[in-house]
Amino acid sequence: MSGETDLIVVGGGPAGVEAALAASERGLSVRLVDEAPQAGGQVYRAPPRAFGAKFQQKADPIGVRLRDRLRASAVQTHFDHSVWSASPGYRIDALGPDGAVSWRARAVIAATGAQERVVPFPGWTLPGVTGLAGATIMLKSQGMLPGAVTLVAGQGPLLLAVAIGILKAGGKLAAVIDLASQADWLADWPAIASQPRLALRGLAWQAILRRAGVPVLYRHAIRSAEAQGDQLLVSVGAVDAEGAPVAGRDRSFVVDALTVGNGLTASTDITRLMRAEHRFDSLRGGWVPQLDTDFRTTLPGLYVAGDGAGIAGAAAAAIDGRLAGLAVAHDLGQCDDAAYQNLIAPLRRSALRARKFGTAMAKLMVLRPAQVAAIADETIVCRCEDVTQGEICTAVREGARGVNQVKAWTRCGMGPCQGRICGDIVGQLVTGQGNAREEAGYFTGRTPFRPLPLDELAPPIAYGDLQLPPPAPL
Amino acid sequence: MTSDFDVAVIGAGVMGATTALHLARGGMRVALVDRGEICREASGVNAGTLTLHMTRAALIPYAMKGRALWLSAERWLGRDVGARSAPGFSLAFTTAEEEMLVKRAEARCAMGAPIRLVSPAEACAIDPGINPAIRAAAFCELDGHVTAYLTGRGYRQALTAAGVTMVEQIPVEAIESQGGGYLIRGTCGTRLSARRIVLAGGVWLESMLAMLGVRVKIKCLINQLIITERMRPVMRSVVGIANGLLSLKQFENGSILIGGGWQGRGDPIRGGVEPIPDNLIGNIRLARHAIPALGETRVVRIWLGLESETADAMPMIGPLPGMEGAYVIGCVHSGYTSAPYMGQLLAQHILGQEPEMPLFDPARLIDTTPSSVRMSA
Ligand SMILES: Cc1cc2nc3c(=O)[nH]c(=O)nc-3n(C[C@H](O)[C@H](O)[C@H](O)COP(=O)(O)OP(=O)(O)OC[C@H]3O[C@@H](n4cnc5c(N)ncnc54)[C@H](O)[C@@H]3O)c2cc1C
Ligand SMILES: Cc1cc2nc3c(=O)[nH]c(=O)nc-3n(C[C@H](O)[C@H](O)[C@H](O)COP(=O)(O)OP(=O)(O)OC[C@H]3O[C@@H](n4cnc5c(N)ncnc54)[C@H](O)[C@@H]3O)c2cc1C
Repeated sequence: MSGETDLIVVGGGPAGVEAALAASERGLSVRLVDEAPQAGGQVYRAPPRAFGAKFQQKADPIGVRLRDRLRASAVQTHFDHSVWSASPGYRIDALGPDGAVSWRARAVIAATGAQERVVPFPGWTLPGVTGLAGATIMLKSQGMLPGAVTLVAGQGPLLLAVAIGILKAGGKLAAVIDLASQADWLADWPAIASQPRLALRGLAWQAILRRAGVPVLYRHAIRSAEAQGDQLLVSVGAVDAEGAPVAGRDRSFVVDALTVGNGLTASTDITRLMRAEHRFDSLRGGWVPQLDTDFRTTLPGLYVAGDGAGIAGAAAAAIDGRLAGLAVAHDLGQCDDAAYQNLIAPLRRSALRARKFGTAMAKLMVLRPAQVAAIADETIVCRCEDVTQGEICTAVREGARGVNQVKAWTRCGMGPCQGRICGDIVGQLVTGQGNAREEAGYFTGRTPFRPLPLDELAPPIAYGDLQLPPPAPL
Repeated sequence: MTSDFDVAVIGAGVMGATTALHLARGGMRVALVDRGEICREASGVNAGTLTLHMTRAALIPYAMKGRALWLSAERWLGRDVGARSAPGFSLAFTTAEEEMLVKRAEARCAMGAPIRLVSPAEACAIDPGINPAIRAAAFCELDGHVTAYLTGRGYRQALTAAGVTMVEQIPVEAIESQGGGYLIRGTCGTRLSARRIVLAGGVWLESMLAMLGVRVKIKCLINQLIITERMRPVMRSVVGIANGLLSLKQFENGSILIGGGWQGRGDPIRGGVEPIPDNLIGNIRLARHAIPALGETRVVRIWLGLESETADAMPMIGPLPGMEGAYVIGCVHSGYTSAPYMGQLLAQHILGQEPEMPLFDPARLIDTTPSSVRMSA
């Protein structure tokens, strides 16, 4: 076991980096851990170092600055380390290039960000179909296109971001299929305009799409995708304001790739594992940890910032991260009340503005229950274990009332992703059968957060060196 | 006064569920109450091993009956819950373990378990996945496993068909004796009355019995289980070790379950929370020593379940002394294996029949010192 620090921050996105910097600036000893090779998180993901200077120039300057500031700080960083467990005390266990490591700290900030949600349709598990968020990762970190001709579909701000990313990388778009109407986008214009830089970028993106002649179908969704040789035949149809399919003529596209996403859900592995309290908030992406105004969870010493506390976007994540870092400094006695109040007051004001923008974006990403209700019987919902909508609903009819009972009875959520991808959809399906969403609950948090190679966790040793507890009774 | 039910069973683990099922089939009006959902505690998260190698010697006859019932679940439960017969081994890697192995096998043979000692070569011929470095092995044809997470699904269907009233997600908060019966108060203002009650609360039996003023100390074990990804077939038997600290099997889907009673962190209030890293690594090291091919796979999930144990590590099944119509069932070592039989025995007793095998009188475990004496002690 390596040394103890005051604070361990899990996650090196904007929230985690700002939290680590703020705490470190107040004199705390801080360790920052991320499974990615560099800081930046999902939005400011750094291109691989091996890609050379020309590619590096394409990196978002905000991310470059974030990494520079982190390098110049006293924060100890551990990249390429995947955290697989957190235990009281606090102890963080991770797997890195040199095997298993663990560290202790007085406090932990979970800044683990978000993960993608996809509302399943027939064919969503085919090769060639990727997530919107996944596509941003490929585009940003490798400059890789999903395919020569791509159909981009789903909802929320990533839709535009991916479409533009593909055009800029030299790809072709068949169309953009948006669940929202144009009115949905305009409804929150004042909130969006509160972040002029991002609002202008959004407008510029729409202009690019128009100039490129890419059709945008609003209030439409994917009906199905099927393999056609090396390509995909994708059928697209109209939906109503709730996301329910509307009868009419479907359109079809033959494309090389389909990129689709329905918003994000908070990554809550650490707080669920440790049994902090959570609340259901559909606007923030589903189940989120219960926090006080200073980012404290219901467990002393455990804090959450960024999208892991509920989807609010990168701008809010950075400010909230800073606030959480200061809260830890305050709670560990490195910042007296007066200084704390002085430091946080201006940050809270800008946080408010950033969150307004984040909320407008989050609204566009909210899961639409009618779209889930329309998932057909034979459609796979849990892609790790191939569990269909029909199997899930049968289990509910047989008396399963919560997602954990559904999991036990169908194996849905038992695969390598541990329900990260399907969890929110399963909760909604159980709810759709008449149970309250709160009553349906969430998948119990367990270790390891990521599949753990047995060989690295427990390299073989001589039998005599095994420390065995006393034998069981006769 | 009239009661809503002839009997209310509190706790819908496999003990309570089996008792309720046989009482209903015996003609009683039965309610089965649980604070969560059916078989989501020990009975839904256990390793599902049907082994005689690990069962306490005195319980072998019960375990053999229980094992046979699991394997024929389709007949009496109406649904296959993944019960499979497989041969079972207990291994010894050291001379000390070999001695223990011989002693344990003898004690179990004496109680009727068909266990025999085999050479390392014979063991590896039966299951080539086993580490050839073993010194000796005990072999038993009668072993196997059940997919524990399917238990509740099978039982719920059978219970509903038998007319049992299922009351789930209602924690019982108080039990009062009332006019020759019992009034059970749960959350959300739930009340139900029954002429008899059966307490089947697993590790929560201590607090459940306390609702009736009965004091029994119950130990709570926090057992760790580890499941791997699906992998190629690497073993075909259920594998344990002489000291009882390992249970290992590969399911049909290719995943491997590693258990053996290593302890984790948790308590009856929060449940099983998380593994203790050293115990996790110890358990895995032992498992890959027994089946070396395990080194190729990845762990996908680790969880903890709560198992109850009495002061003498023997079951508590039977009537509560001095309380008309009140019964308890639980704290059975390797209790999943024998549960389909144990519940049947208690139901026979409650229905006024002579149980096929003896029950386990709770009276021996009840603390009868007056509370004033206990306070000053
Ligand atoms: C895949 C994806 C792509 C996105 N793309 C965009 C985009 O292009 N534009 C945009 O504006 N927004 C995008 N978003 C939204 C954006 O991520 C958030 O709004 C913002 O990044 C939140 O910052 P954060 O610091 O909270 O989390 P993140 O930036 O997500 O950072 C979390 C970090 O935690 C690390 N982490 C998580 N779990 C572990 C673990 N167990 N062990 C070690 N490290 C761990 C991750 O590697 C990650 O670096 C995307 C989200 C996702 C999920
Ligand atoms: C991890 C683990 C592995 C195991 N492996 C094996 C094995 O391989 N083979 C084997 O034979 N045995 C095994 N066992 C033992 C076996 O699982 C148990 O003996 C058996 O399941 C106990 O059943 P039960 O019904 O007594 O308890 P439980 O299944 O725990 O049921 C008790 C029920 O009471 C309910 N309850 C509690 N309080 C209240 C209240 N106030 N109101 C209403 N309801 C309440 C609970 O919600 C619960 O559903 C294992 C146990 C564990 C934990």
